[in-house]
Amino acid sequence: MAAGVAAWLPFARAAAIGWMPVANLPMPIAPTDKNKRQDELIVLNVSGRRFQTWRNTLDRYPDTLLGSSEKEFFYNEETREYFFDRDPDVFRSILNFYRTGKLHYPRYECISAYDEELAFFGIIPEIISDCCYEEYKDRKRENAERLMDDLEDSKDSKLPNMTFRETMWRAFENPHTSTMALVFYYVTGFFIAVSVITNVVETVPCGSTPNQRDVPCGERYTVAFFCMDTACVMIFTVEYLMRLFAAPSRYRFMRSVMSIIDVVAILPYYIGLVMTDNEDVSGAFVTLRVFRVFRIFKFSRHSQGLRILGYTLKSCASELGFLLFSLTMAIIIFATVMFYAEKGSSSSKFTSIPASFWYTIVTMTTLGYGDMVPKTIAGKIFGSICSLSGVLVIALPVPVIVSNFSRIYHQNQRADKRRAQKVQKARLARMRISKTGSSNAFLHSKRNGMLNQALELTGSTGEDRHLNKTTSLIESQHHHLLHCLEKTTNHEFVDEQLFEQSYLESALQSLPSRSPSLSSQEGITGTCCSRRAKRGSRPSSEAHKPSHMHPHTHNLQELSAIHIQCGEQRTLNTSRSSLNMRPDESGGLNCKSSSQVTTAIISIPTPPTNNSPTSPEAPPNLASNSSAGVVKVSAL
Amino acid sequence: MGAVVGTLTMQTKQRRPSRDKVDDDLEMTVVCHRPEGLEQLEAQTNFNKRELQVLYRGFKNECPSGVVNEETFKQIYSQFFPHGDASAYAHYLFNAFDSGHSGSIKFEDFVTALSILLRGSTREKLQWTFNLYDINRDGYINKEEMTDIVSAIYDMMGKYTYPALKTDTPKQHVEAFFQKMDKNRDGVVTLDEFILSCQEDDNIMRSLQLFENVM
Repeated sequence: MAAGVAAWLPFARAAAIGWMPVANLPMPIAPTDKNKRQDELIVLNVSGRRFQTWRNTLDRYPDTLLGSSEKEFFYNEETREYFFDRDPDVFRSILNFYRTGKLHYPRYECISAYDEELAFFGIIPEIISDCCYEEYKDRKRENAERLMDDLEDSKDSKLPNMTFRETMWRAFENPHTSTMALVFYYVTGFFIAVSVITNVVETVPCGSTPNQRDVPCGERYTVAFFCMDTACVMIFTVEYLMRLFAAPSRYRFMRSVMSIIDVVAILPYYIGLVMTDNEDVSGAFVTLRVFRVFRIFKFSRHSQGLRILGYTLKSCASELGFLLFSLTMAIIIFATVMFYAEKGSSSSKFTSIPASFWYTIVTMTTLGYGDMVPKTIAGKIFGSICSLSGVLVIALPVPVIVSNFSRIYHQNQRADKRRAQKVQKARLARMRISKTGSSNAFLHSKRNGMLNQALELTGSTGEDRHLNKTTSLIESQHHHLLHCLEKTTNHEFVDEQLFEQSYLESALQSLPSRSPSLSSQEGITGTCCSRRAKRGSRPSSEAHKPSHMHPHTHNLQELSAIHIQCGEQRTLNTSRSSLNMRPDESGGLNCKSSSQVTTAIISIPTPPTNNSPTSPEAPPNLASNSSAGVVKVSAL
Repeated sequence: MGAVVGTLTMQTKQRRPSRDKVDDDLEMTVVCHRPEGLEQLEAQTNFNKRELQVLYRGFKNECPSGVVNEETFKQIYSQFFPHGDASAYAHYLFNAFDSGHSGSIKFEDFVTALSILLRGSTREKLQWTFNLYDINRDGYINKEEMTDIVSAIYDMMGKYTYPALKTDTPKQHVEAFFQKMDKNRDGVVTLDEFILSCQEDDNIMRSLQLFENVM
């Protein structure tokens, strides 16, 4: 039950009078307020600042410190107030939670201090209201990340018992863990640079030879360049193989982007080795050499910024896609227009629409090379429109990409999203659990409630007393209300599993033939029961009785006349049962009721067990039924 | 006397130039109602001052505007019955509380009804209950009305009950009820029949006294 509406419980109970004429069973006794206190002001002294509130306000949330009897530990007899040695500023929000039902998180408060206070007062952070929950979660996440970073920094010590493979992998991933790793890191970086520079320099024309043509250095010093290339590729190959060996999951490693870049970087060389100077494929061979430039991407292992750029582009895929699409649309439109506008002029460079694409792109990106210019007036007009619109179309998605980049740079975006989804789900799940906890509380307290009633009736002291839980008065009143509803409708609340269980049982069991004999048998057992109630227990016969009655239970339900609740192989504990027999007021009562009453109570695990083999746990549907054993007067 | 509603809403209505829906919603919550004075309520009901104070505090806490509309009423009532759906019964209750049929319950209505239910005589309680059952307020309870009420009560039980609820359980319950209450077998229950039958039934009499000590 939401504690905020505890104040309306008297109204709900009063409204229950509306059920009374409809009900045919007597209602359970209402819980009385044993120590009937008038609502009083209590003083909460938090480090010197005094807060005052009604006792009822605090009772709204009985599962917190202030709402339960735990606060009695902090009661100061002399000053007659509750003293808490905690932060008074944070206590303000906590007390407001009791007053308004909403927990707010003050922004100026430190997150860990607030968490501590909440934990002290027994309030779960999940109930922070929506207006403040985002802020709370963000701060908490930041804090957790900071803690984790600190942890990682201090976690540089080598873990014991790492295999050679694991050591290698760790060295590859975090170069600053050991000197060898650092050396390796720099060496590979150097060779990447060397390889890239080699590729570049290869094409520079160096030196003039007697033939009047400048040859690129690559053709002049073929052998040198070839050796350099070979050396680099060998280093890269060795590095790749070592990474492959050390990777904890080779399959996953081979699928990762970096390893693909590695492969693409070294593959052309090998393909080039295989394909010697074959004229047919030399064209393809030349193309392959282009891929050598991919070696520059190997630098992204060395540079965090490059990786972030890659992430940005990946995350902005939709914006980039939009940019591309809109540009394509605009290019096609303007190219078509320019083509038809320039068609008339002679010696026009706009020979076809695809030829106009080049002009449109150059104009829209405001490059304006000038190799193609419109000559007609219409062409010039449309050309100017094209360049103006180009500015707009390109300028629009770019800030989005930029802001994305800055966002990723400051946060770890992917992990955040995943974690946020999980957190939201977990939060909702926790709130649901606490809500179902309240409905389960009724079922739970029914078992305990019956236990308590039985104990009170028998007046037994002893260790069973401690089971007499002090549920708050509000809870007991609420449970009484639900109990009255059960009586009115003559059905009980059960939880889901039992419902399905009984449903299955009722579906399975159908023994109509025995019902005629039942009534007679019932009468016998009933009287036997009452007789037995006065005498000692006889486990054997008692054990039979439930099993007889059980199959017929569901038949009789259909008559909806008699509500027999039969326990599974429960044995009687007659001394208690006799005391629990209630005199039934409705006419037409027969012994069945008393038999039900006796059956019901037995499930209590009683310490002074006689020879009845009672099993320790009580089936809830049984225990709850103690007073439901009364026969409902039917219209039959 | 206590109602400040009139002048407030009139003024805000005149000031409103645009028919913005958001503004409409905001202005609805401005409507405030203050109950009559404590002495008057004490005279009109069977509660003493202290009890009225406690009641009003709880009322105002849940409904700061001073009135309960049907939605809020249903929400509040549903929180007491987490297993099933209490909205149908809450609807009938709301109509029973809202004696002026204004669509909202003010504190006076609330306290008057509670006074009858908790401190009233048996006859008054039964009369109130009769009004609750008599949905169309024609002075008779017929089978359809009773079936509605009983179905609403069974709805509050929810799905997971033992024994499992069948579709005709409410109907049978209503049959039983009419057997007991409808003395002249004319298919409807009048107020007198109702009161007479209830007075004959000790169970009902006893259960009416059950909530005496609620306050």
